[in-house]
Formats: sequence, C-alpha cells, structure tokens
Amino acid sequence: MNKIIKKEYFSEKVVKLVVEAPLIARSRKAGHFVIVRVGAKGERIPLTIASADKDKGTITLVVQAVGKSSSKLCALNEGDYITDVVGPLGQATHIEKVGTVVCCGGGVGVAPLLPIVEAFKKAGNRVITVLAARTKELIILEEQMKTNSDEVIIMTDDGSYGQKGLVTQGVEDVIKREKIDLCVTIGPAIMMKFVSLLTKKYNIPTVASLNTIMVDGTGMCGACRITVGGKTKFVCVDGPEFDAHQVDFDEMMMRLSSYKDME
Amino acid sequence: KERTQIKRVHMNELAPAYRITNKEEVNQGLTKEQAMTEASRCLDCPTPLCMTGCPVQINIPQFIKNIERGEILEAAKTLKETSALPAVCGRVCPQEKQCESKCFYTQKMGKDAVAIGYLERFAADYERESGQISVPEIKIHNGIKIAVVGSGPAGLAFAGDMAKYGYNVTVFEALHEIGGVLKYGIPEFRLPNTIVDVEINNLRKMGVEFITDCIIGRTLSYDDLHEMGYKGIFVASGAGLPRFMGIPGENLIGIMSSNEYLTRVNLMDAANPESDTPVIKGKHVAIIGGGNTAMDSVRTARRLGAERAMIIYRRSEEEMPARIEEIKHAKEEGVEFLTLYNPIKYIGDEKGKVKQMLLQKMELGEPDASGRRSPIAISGKTELINVDEVVVSVGVSPNPLIPNSIKGLQVSKWGTIIVDQDTMRSDIPDLYAGGDIVRGGATVILAMGDGRRAAASMHQALSGKA
Ligand SMILES: Cc1cc2nc3c(=O)[nH]c(=O)nc-3n(C[C@H](O)[C@H](O)[C@H](O)COP(=O)(O)OP(=O)(O)OC[C@H]3O[C@@H](n4cnc5c(N)ncnc54)[C@H](O)[C@@H]3O)c2cc1C
Ligand SMILES: Cc1cc2nc3c(=O)[nH]c(=O)nc-3n(C[C@H](O)[C@H](O)[C@H](O)COP(=O)(O)OP(=O)(O)OC[C@H]3O[C@@H](n4cnc5c(N)ncnc54)[C@H](O)[C@@H]3O)c2cc1C
Ligand code: SF4
Ligand code: SF4
Ligand code: FES
Ligand SMILES: [Mg+2]
Repeated sequence: MNKIIKKEYFSEKVVKLVVEAPLIARSRKAGHFVIVRVGAKGERIPLTIASADKDKGTITLVVQAVGKSSSKLCALNEGDYITDVVGPLGQATHIEKVGTVVCCGGGVGVAPLLPIVEAFKKAGNRVITVLAARTKELIILEEQMKTNSDEVIIMTDDGSYGQKGLVTQGVEDVIKREKIDLCVTIGPAIMMKFVSLLTKKYNIPTVASLNTIMVDGTGMCGACRITVGGKTKFVCVDGPEFDAHQVDFDEMMMRLSSYKDME
Repeated sequence: KERTQIKRVHMNELAPAYRITNKEEVNQGLTKEQAMTEASRCLDCPTPLCMTGCPVQINIPQFIKNIERGEILEAAKTLKETSALPAVCGRVCPQEKQCESKCFYTQKMGKDAVAIGYLERFAADYERESGQISVPEIKIHNGIKIAVVGSGPAGLAFAGDMAKYGYNVTVFEALHEIGGVLKYGIPEFRLPNTIVDVEINNLRKMGVEFITDCIIGRTLSYDDLHEMGYKGIFVASGAGLPRFMGIPGENLIGIMSSNEYLTRVNLMDAANPESDTPVIKGKHVAIIGGGNTAMDSVRTARRLGAERAMIIYRRSEEEMPARIEEIKHAKEEGVEFLTLYNPIKYIGDEKGKVKQMLLQKMELGEPDASGRRSPIAISGKTELINVDEVVVSVGVSPNPLIPNSIKGLQVSKWGTIIVDQDTMRSDIPDLYAGGDIVRGGATVILAMGDGRRAAASMHQALSGKA
C-alpha cells in the first residue's frame, strides 16, 4: 500500500502522482519503471518513474488514462492508497554527454519521455524535443518539456497547433538543419517504427523505449517479449530501451494488440 | 496376512464433466474410515523402505500407525516433525516416484503401494479442520534478524524453522502475493489457496513478517539487508524464467509461456469477469511439454472452455515427467495427448494471431544422458493442426536477478547458486540458498527439505555450534 501524497492534472487525461515509496525512491535511476496495481482485482501495469525525492521518500508518476487500469489509477486522489507499487524495474537509461539529442514522443510515450529529456539535459546535451499528437488538445506536458529542452517542436496531424504534420517530419526538419548525435523515441509502436526508419536513413543512432504488455515485470512470464536483432528479448529485464534500428516494430505492434478485443 | 489382502483405497474425486466447469479441488480427500482402513494395510516394516524414498525421511510407519489407531492429531504431529507443509506435499508430491515407489508392497509383493500421500493429506487436513492446529510455542526470542528472499516452499519452510529457533524472520517477496509457485503456478483445482494461506497464517502467528512487492537486488540490495541488521540471508528465489523453443512464429499472438498463462489465471484471477487482467480463452489449445506445468496448463485450458485441449510432447507417455495422477486426471477431462510430436513452426493469420502449427513426427532412439530414450525426427513426416492458443511449457531457468546482484556469489553454468549440499551455505558465509534456485526446476518437498536443512545449519553457525 503506497499513499498518494500529491495529485496534479496536466490535462484532462494526464495526471501527475507523487507517491510514497521510500525504498524505490532511494534505489531508482532514470529510465527505471515500477509495476502498479490498483484494487484487489487490479491489473499489474508498468509506469516509468518520472522523478524521485530520496529525502521525502517519494516517487513521481505521470499517468495517461488510456484504458481501464490507467483510468482507475488516474481516478485516485490525494490521501488514497495504491494497492501495490513494486520496483525499480528494468535497465536504467544510458545517459551521457553526446552532443545534440532529439527526443521525440507521441501518445502514451510523452509521459515516460519526460525523465529522459530531463536527464539528457542535465548531462549537458543540447536537447530538442518533438511532441506529436492528432490535435491540439492532445498535446501534453508542453510546459515541462520546455523547461528541460533547448527547443520544443510541436506537430499536429490537423495543424491545429504547432506545425501540421507527423512527428517524422518534425524530426527530419531538425536533421536537415543541424548535426544530430542521438535520437530517443517513445510512443506508439507505429510512430517509433517510422522514426527509426527515418534516422536509419541518416545513420543517426536511435534508442526506442518500448511499451510492451507486461505482467510481472521481473522476467518471469515472457509477455513483454519482442525481437531485437533477430533474438527474443524480454523488455522488462533487458530493456525497456533498445537500439531502435534492431527492433522488429511490426511484431511489437502485433503483440500489443493481443488483448485488444478484451480490454 | 489379512492386511495384505485389502485393496488400495481410491481417492474420492469430483466427476470430470462437473469439474471442468469450475476450479474446485478435484481430489476430495479420504473419509476417516477410508483412511483408517488404508492405514491398516501398512505392515510397519522393521526397515521401512518407504522412508528411503521420501526426500525428508518422514517417519511414515509411525504416522500411518497413528491413523490406524484413530489418533489422527498424533499422526499430524509426527508429520510436522519433518515436513513443514504436509497438507501441500500430501497433494503435490510425486509419490509414485518417491515414498510409494519404495513401499514393501511395490518392491516385494507386486501390489499397489500403501497410499502414503493420501494418508499424509488426510492427517494434515484433519488437523486443520479440527481447529486444533498446533502452533509451535516459541520459548526464547534471541532477537537476531534473518532475511528470506522468496516466499515459495523453500522460503516458508526455512522461515518456520528459524522462527521456532527464536529468530526474528522477515520474508521478502517480489510479487504481491505470498506462496511462490504454490500460488501463482499450481492451480486451485489441485492445491486450493486456502490450504497455503493456513500455513502462511501459522507462520505469521509464530512472528514471521512478510513484506510483499519487494525485490531483493532491486528494491533492496544485499548490502541494504546488512545495513538493516540482518545476520543471515536465505535465498529461495526459485527458477522463474520461462524457456521458449526459438522456432519461427513463436512470438505470434496467442502463444505464451505457461508461467504467463498460469500467472494470469492463478495470481491475477483473469478468468473471473471481475478481474482487470485479461486472458485468452482459446478453443483449440495446444500445450507444449509433458511436465506438471504442462498438465496444469492444459487442464486450466479445459476449464476456460477449450473444446480441444492438447498436450504436444516429443517423447512417449512413458517418459513424461508429470505425476501419473495429473496425466490420469487430464485424460479423464478430455485432454488429447499428441505424443511423439514436436512443433517446428507456427503460422498466423493476417492480424498476427496464431492459427496453425506445424508438427514434426518423432520416434524414440537410444537413451540419452537423462536415461530417457531420446526423440528423433522422422524425416518428411509433418502434420499441420489448427490452434488458436499455444502454451509453451518446456522448462524454466533460475532467475538471474539475485546471482547478478551479489558480487562474488558462485553460480553454475546453468545459473543455479552453488552451495554446500549438507549445509546449503554458499561461499559467502552469511548467505544460504535452497529450492529451485539451487536445483533448477525440482519439487515442493525438495525445496522444503532444503529450507529446513539451511535453517538447521544457519542456526548452528549463528549459535556458535559449528
Ligand atoms: C516500461 C513501460 C513504461 C511505461 N510508462 C508509462 C508512463 O510513465 N506513463 C503512462 O501513462 N504509461 C506508461 N506506460 C504504458 C502503460 O503501462 C499502459 O498505458 C497501461 O498499461 C495501459 O493499461 P490500461 O488497462 O489502462 O489500458 P488498456 O486498455 O488495457 O490498453 C491500452 C494500451 O496499453 C497496452 N497495455 C495494456 N495492458 C498493458 C500492460 N499490462 N502493460 C503494458 N501495456 C499494456 C495495450 O496493448 C494497449 O495498446 C508504460 C509502459 C511500459 C511497458
Ligand atoms: C505449474 C507448476 C506445477 C508444479 N507442480 C508440482 C507438483 O505437482 N509437485 C511438486 O513437487 N512440484 C511441482 N512444481 C515444482 C515446485 O513448485 C517447485 O519446485 C517449488 O515451488 C520450488 O520452490 P522454491 O521455494 O524454490 O521457489 P518458488 O516456489 O519458485 O518461489 C520463489 C519465490 O521467490 C520470489 N522471488 C524471486 N526472486 C526474488 C527476489 N529477488 N526478491 C524477492 N522475491 C523473489 C518469487 O516471486 C517466488 O514467489 C510445479 C511447478 C510449477 C511451475
Ligand atoms: S513428503 Fe512426499 S515423499 Fe515424503 S512421505 Fe510425504 S508424500 Fe511421500
Ligand atoms: S514400506 Fe510400505 S508397508 Fe512398509 S512401512 Fe512403509 S508404507 Fe508401510
Ligand atoms: S513482464 Fe513478465 S517477463 Fe517481462
Ligand atoms: Mg488493461
């Protein structure tokens, strides 16, 4: 049982939760995630640890309500308890000073992108963040990203905000403009696939943080497995970050729809 | 002798047609009369061979004679002298390969063994239902803190003994539930959770503390445990890593490990409409493998509505490692056994859902290193069958989390922790290990025996007697 200390709305469907979890706060690094369960019949869902405060013994989660379990979590209030929070899980992000980093995210990927943007900025990189969504209302965390990036580019499918176009267009404009040393992408598998194809064309090293379906998050079930460089990997223990150019995104997209008709 | 003329008792069971509609326990246990009659078959052998077949050397004739006299609570006491979880072992031990295989009846008379497992279960259940469970009184608390990693049978058995010796025991469990495979693996229809919970509550009454959602090596490190004042650590983290076969199409939708399948159904209660966790309920379900895990998965599939539930096994039925009772129950429940077949490829539909699998026909060759005849492909003989769900149950490997997170811990090439076989101590003086993390995939009773041995030797070491 972990108490929610603070709740803040970033948008109608995106909340920030500060949660009591002293042990996790102490041992976590950027890129780690937790598995959370709400209620006795709750599902185990993975969420990135956006930030942590060792002294206060808290971790911060940024949650986007996309389905049943994430909505249940977003509906909790300050003072409520989350039934289970376990972690930190996964491999920490490999953060170093590489030069200029493009971080691009869309959909569910924007929340877990934030701690990575922060970490790369802190390490002294020039960080350009590209946020993409269908329409203006779905752009989230713009302010938080701006605080931690040298530049934020907004892309909307319908042109209602920022520039009209897909995330790949935004990224390609940057690539054509200046030298990019690393690209980090988190979002829907289809988006990561096209970002990966684009950066491969320009030979830019690219890291994708994969949001596969998980159950235990400790390597016990294999629900999170995907193919990287022709080999099966477990995202929860080997990842969640991988060399995007090696990831079989088509397979990942397919696997993500495993329970589509049941959720 | 008259005793030898009595026929071995039959376990009372739910009818197959009924039991596949629910998750009620299939074996209903013996009545007191049945148990006393069965107990009277035991010849009280001067050198009881049966005991040599029990990994923890339960005093079998003694507990059985107690049952014969009608002193069931005494029988339960005898069991508890050696076994921490008799109600569990009486249900899940592969008795026909252990104690019962060595019984005088089997060995010397060519008759059915005394039903040691059924009697063990009877005595343990009787004690529990009588409400007179003896919770060991703990006389001296020595205040020394001991940490246990993992709450499966090895960890529970160890915790129980250490608590009895007077230590302050804390069990750390990665999952949100206590019990290890007893909870997330072995299904309700074979081992009800309430049975396991009674044992866990007894440990609580003895002062054992349980901390869930805490992964040693992640949430807390080995060094953290030292800082917190733990003087001894017992690692019982199990062999939780699923193996896949690495054949084409294995990552299609609808193909999963038995760990995933059973965890969804048992731990997450996914078959219950009120549960938020989904599970695929296939109509044509193939389970790959021939062990207990495969039998548990295939019988679960039947209960979730599979019209065709199949075991695909590359050797013949004789080589199957599953308990004979599980195979019998599976057959009664309408499970099909496709033996001497091995999957070589899966084929998906346009959405990536598995729809067919290609099976290679096998034959048996010479015995291999395991002593079993090895399966050989018959070239050119393949078959395509329709499936909409596949559960891969071809074994597990030890979880590398602990070995990877503790510097200097010796690990075998299979990833198991290396310990002294008598003391269960690793080459790190305060770290002991037992159960599947030491043995690879083994059994409940072996895991439990390891826990007890580790407790005895850690106690000796800590009390300066070693
Ligand atoms: C390592 C990792 C880190 C993540 N970090 C964040 C984060 O910081 N913030 C955030 O808002 N989201 C994050 N996610 C995604 C989040 O876990 C899913 O949105 C959530 O599980 C959806 O569950 P649901 O029941 O609400 O939605 P559903 O309706 O069940 O599913 C919606 C979508 O989520 C996928 N999904 C369903 N169940 C799971 C599951 N158990 N695990 C993973 N994906 C699932 C489905 O395939 C579907 O595409 C992360 C995912 C991973 C793997
Ligand atoms: C489906 C199935 C059916 C089986 N049927 C039988 C049977 O009929 N008869 C029989 O004798 N045996 C059977 N077995 C085998 C038997 O269950 C195992 O041999 C036994 O459970 C091993 O016990 P253990 O205590 O070593 O580990 P486990 O029972 O595996 O427990 C290990 C526990 O440690 C936890 N853990 C792991 N790492 C950490 C960490 N770093 N920090 C904290 N906690 C951690 C795990 O979450 C788990 O709960 C079966 C196994 C399965 C999977
Ligand atoms: S613990 Fe298992 S092997 Fe030992 S007597 Fe009981 S059933 Fe037989
Ligand atoms: S070997 Fe068989 S008959 Fe002899 S004591 Fe053991 S159970 Fe009884
Ligand atoms: S979530 Fe179970 S192995 Fe990764
Ligand atoms: Mg869901």
